[in-house]
Amino acid sequence: MFNKASKGSLLPYVIWIALFVIAPIALVVYYSMLDLKGNFTLENYQAFFTPVYLKMTLTSFWYAFLITAFTLLIAYPTAYFLTKTTHKHLWLMLIIIPSWINLLLKTYAFIGLFGLYGPINAIVEVFGLEPQQILFTDFSFIFVSVYIFIPFMIIPIFNSLDKLNPTLVYAARDLGASSFTTFRRVIFPLTIDGVKSGIQVTFIPALSLFMITRLIAGNQVITLGTAIEQQFLVSQNWGMGSTIAVFLIIIMVVIMSVTGGQKKGGRIR
Amino acid sequence: MRKLSIGSRLYLVIVFFILYAPIFYLIYYSFNSGGSMNEFESFTLEHYKAVFEDSRLIVILINTVIIALLSGLIATVIGTLGAIGIVSIKDKKMRNTLLSLNNVLIVSPDVVIGASFLILFTMIGVKLGFASVLVSHVAFSVPIVVLMVLPKLLEMNTSLIDAARDLGASKKDVLTRVILPYIQPGIFAGFFLALTYSLDDFAVTFFVTGNGFSTLSVEIYSMARAGITLTINAISGLVFLVTVLVVIGYYYFNNRAKLKNGEVRR
Repeated sequence: MFNKASKGSLLPYVIWIALFVIAPIALVVYYSMLDLKGNFTLENYQAFFTPVYLKMTLTSFWYAFLITAFTLLIAYPTAYFLTKTTHKHLWLMLIIIPSWINLLLKTYAFIGLFGLYGPINAIVEVFGLEPQQILFTDFSFIFVSVYIFIPFMIIPIFNSLDKLNPTLVYAARDLGASSFTTFRRVIFPLTIDGVKSGIQVTFIPALSLFMITRLIAGNQVITLGTAIEQQFLVSQNWGMGSTIAVFLIIIMVVIMSVTGGQKKGGRIR
Repeated sequence: MRKLSIGSRLYLVIVFFILYAPIFYLIYYSFNSGGSMNEFESFTLEHYKAVFEDSRLIVILINTVIIALLSGLIATVIGTLGAIGIVSIKDKKMRNTLLSLNNVLIVSPDVVIGASFLILFTMIGVKLGFASVLVSHVAFSVPIVVLMVLPKLLEMNTSLIDAARDLGASKKDVLTRVILPYIQPGIFAGFFLALTYSLDDFAVTFFVTGNGFSTLSVEIYSMARAGITLTINAISGLVFLVTVLVVIGYYYFNNRAKLKNGEVRR
């Protein structure tokens, strides 16, 4: 195996883990128990369990759920069709390129696209409808978020579809399964890992997005991320901000344990 | 492979259209002499000129690139050494603990990373600005480098190391002449991903940047909050151009590396 001397190379890495993984989490937990004056208190947690924050958490969840669901609905067929194209890796590359364009720029594009005099409203007018404000609505927020997350959802699903042995599909078809049954009983279960990691990379960021809500939804939509940003950078209430962050971390751990793990071994059925 | 049906082709075309339309929309209006993104008056390059004449914007661009390159480089060194270290750990439990700690920053929401780093820097007394942004970018890039390098190390045949040792190579030689060349594609991919992470990051930087220092993302955010400025469109045009060039460059290098390793045989 690798010799013992290479253990010395661990040192900077372990320092990194201590400073930037363990310390920040500990600090967030510590700050969540401080009030504005720096006194030790559980007030923040009490505040979190008031209807205001609970409602915000629920709506944030609802938005994240909708965003993830729509993203999955669009991304899965895309990934599936992509694996059937002749130059599939080239096409995948073309899907990935937009994800490398700065997030802010893509979001900014929608300020113009969805504007009152923008192209979308111009199309609406052609159909004889009144132009309406699309910006600052739930719809615009969900649309832009889905747009941003589509490539990130396609990549893991594409990879798991790509690994799928096509003979399994042929076998199912030969044995008389309809294409829908083949999909439901063979293709989908075998690519569930890709779907799970796609959900991971969509749902957690969707809970915590704050620039899209600020730029596109104009404070109409408040997610957990917006609330944290608000508390930290606007109200300067780091204690409350940390408390929300603690809950976000807990939610993250729960989602990770639901969608992760058990990659080995057969299905139990 | 069977041919795609018309329906599925159409579906792909629509998805590609939606993915690219906003980007091309931005670039199209970057050449607009009118001030808005609604009506195209006439062709002009004045917005590109404005970008290059705005010395503040140029400084921000340079900052962004320096931060990306430096943080990518440092993160690649720490991450590569870390990955080699992780592989050398025999205790399975400890190895798994390190690996799950490694993943924490990858799955953590940006806001939480940003907020917790803000607390950390304020506690230690690091002045918010270049240093805090650089350190944060290194911090969130390290785990991705580890994840890129680790599979390469795991697939490496350890008898290569034994052979090198038997033939009298020093430990340093083993590292620089056996291990590093073997895992080079992983290191390269890690560095590349660290670059894109850094260039793309907005939320973490937004939290830990002070008043005097700004990166492109943060600057675009404050510009976009003020409304539509076609200068941002010109920036998008430039960013898109650079991205495409980088992609082409990356593929060229990758293919050359593969040819050199004899993986691609024609």
